[in-house]
Amino acid sequence: MIYILCLILFFIGLYGIFCKKNLIKIVLGFIIMENAVNLFLILLGYKNNGIAPIMTKSMRLDEFLASSVDPLPQALVLTSIVIGLAVTALMVAVAIRIYERFGTFDITEIKRLKG
Amino acid sequence: MNTLPYFVLIPLAGAFLVVFLNVLTRNKVRVISEILANVITLALFIMTIFMFNKSGMYVIGKWVPPLGINLVLDGLSGLMLSIVNLIAFTATLFSINYMRRYTANNYYYALFLLMLAGMNGVLLSGDFFNLFVFIEIASIASYALVGFGTEADELEASFKYMVMGGIASTFILLAIALLYSQFGVLNMAYISEAIANSEFNILLKFTLFLFIAAFSVKAAIIPFHAWLPDAHPAAPAPISAMLSGVVIKTLGLYAMIRVMYNVFGFNGGNLLAYMGIISIMVGGLLALGQMDMKRLLAYSSISQIGYIILGFGLGTKLGIFAALFHLVNHSVFKSLLFMNSGSVYHRLGTRNLDEMGGLNKVMPITGGTSLIASFSIAGMPPFNGFFSKLLIIIACIQSGHPMFAFWAIAGSIFTLAYYMKMQRYAFFGSLKESYKSIKESPFFMSVSMIILAILCLATSFLLIPQLRDAVLTPAVEVILNADTYKALVIK
Repeated sequence: MIYILCLILFFIGLYGIFCKKNLIKIVLGFIIMENAVNLFLILLGYKNNGIAPIMTKSMRLDEFLASSVDPLPQALVLTSIVIGLAVTALMVAVAIRIYERFGTFDITEIKRLKG
Repeated sequence: MNTLPYFVLIPLAGAFLVVFLNVLTRNKVRVISEILANVITLALFIMTIFMFNKSGMYVIGKWVPPLGINLVLDGLSGLMLSIVNLIAFTATLFSINYMRRYTANNYYYALFLLMLAGMNGVLLSGDFFNLFVFIEIASIASYALVGFGTEADELEASFKYMVMGGIASTFILLAIALLYSQFGVLNMAYISEAIANSEFNILLKFTLFLFIAAFSVKAAIIPFHAWLPDAHPAAPAPISAMLSGVVIKTLGLYAMIRVMYNVFGFNGGNLLAYMGIISIMVGGLLALGQMDMKRLLAYSSISQIGYIILGFGLGTKLGIFAALFHLVNHSVFKSLLFMNSGSVYHRLGTRNLDEMGGLNKVMPITGGTSLIASFSIAGMPPFNGFFSKLLIIIACIQSGHPMFAFWAIAGSIFTLAYYMKMQRYAFFGSLKESYKSIKESPFFMSVSMIILAILCLATSFLLIPQLRDAVLTPAVEVILNADTYKALVIK
């Protein structure tokens, strides 16, 4: 169920990228899509009532494995959030420069390249 | 194998050092960043020569796979590494004179080295998430480099490239997440082992589809090509040479072939071959109508990538051999052609073919090298392009697809036509009065063009059996036999 919600979020992002005409809205669509994937990745490691993946001396290994959440997706998501931030920052910077040159955010008016 | 991490570390450190040294000298000494970038790319190229024909694995931080990250060198990645670093060296050499027209050279060299670090990482990585990170490093640097001129055209092209590339990267991440959900590991060799032992269910098919779609965007194969004809002409000439020469091959083709053949053990049926045929024809037809020199070259890249994909898609030994050979050749002559266009732009300030003419009289080195490159790409003997295209056509017939061979020949006639057009408009004919006084391109630009022109002839010798067995055959073995790759990692 929760995965389907992730998928819906992903498609909302795709819709934003393909159907919106404003550069900023395209960037927002991209952020939504990026975060939908991050959410999906982090949910893979989720467990109901799970404990933090830190093993203390009093725990037994099999109990620890059964009750702790998977730490790997958390590390991956951290990395991918940082990457997503870099792409978003670059996108916004370029969008601002485009506004300086063209005086508009509307992509139907920004089309000097064709053929 | 302890040298493997240096292929990533040296350019990464260089990128920071370039910016840092420029801050120390308060941006007054341009030469520092130029020398540093050239020394680094030359050193990396020399390192790849010593790594030739070796294979092995490096484990980062002594975390043994499947837990830790590993770097893997085998025949395929060794071949790609040497091409990437060779083209990178000629591109930095070319940049010395060419980039004088821009400000902020230190950022240019820093981004260039970041892109190189990302590409070397993609070639060596043996871990899916690590592959994604390196793809992103290389892509983000190339988005910024496409928009480096910050003129209207360049920004528009950069934004388009960024959105399409960003969607592709998200698809790759989603596919990696799906793989992790099924197998619980991220190491390529272990996933390959697990896929071979499990049923090829609908989720795996969807994952494979996501990978193919995403890497096709990065490689600009035809339904996904829209960014390339804008992005490649907009970038500075040495970056166009890098993008067309090696970036689309590393991030797109290499990654796709590695994932499809080595991890999924799936040879694509005829899917790749059909995509290749469509790319050859559509790219060729669109290139014919262009009057912008770099745009013509960009469409030509799409068409030539089609040949490579066609060869890989056949799946036979000869087909893959020919595809790899064409990949090597294409990176040499397409980089040379983009450098020629950069050299013309440097002197004339235009990319429009209508405004050129008779440039052979005033720029003999540029004209001569571009003639060699045009002959190579159009498939004239004795240049390298002739042999690789011939081999692809023979492979088509040998595998029982004469129709593919027909389309490949038709595409090659188109190639000849649009390069004749480029030569006719730009370098032959009568020289305009206003261009009588222009000079040959500066020293370093000429040197790097001459190096690549010699390589256009020299790579033909890769067909000699001894050289062939040393250079191309190990790479073909890796693609055809997924077990050799697995055996390198799983001990």
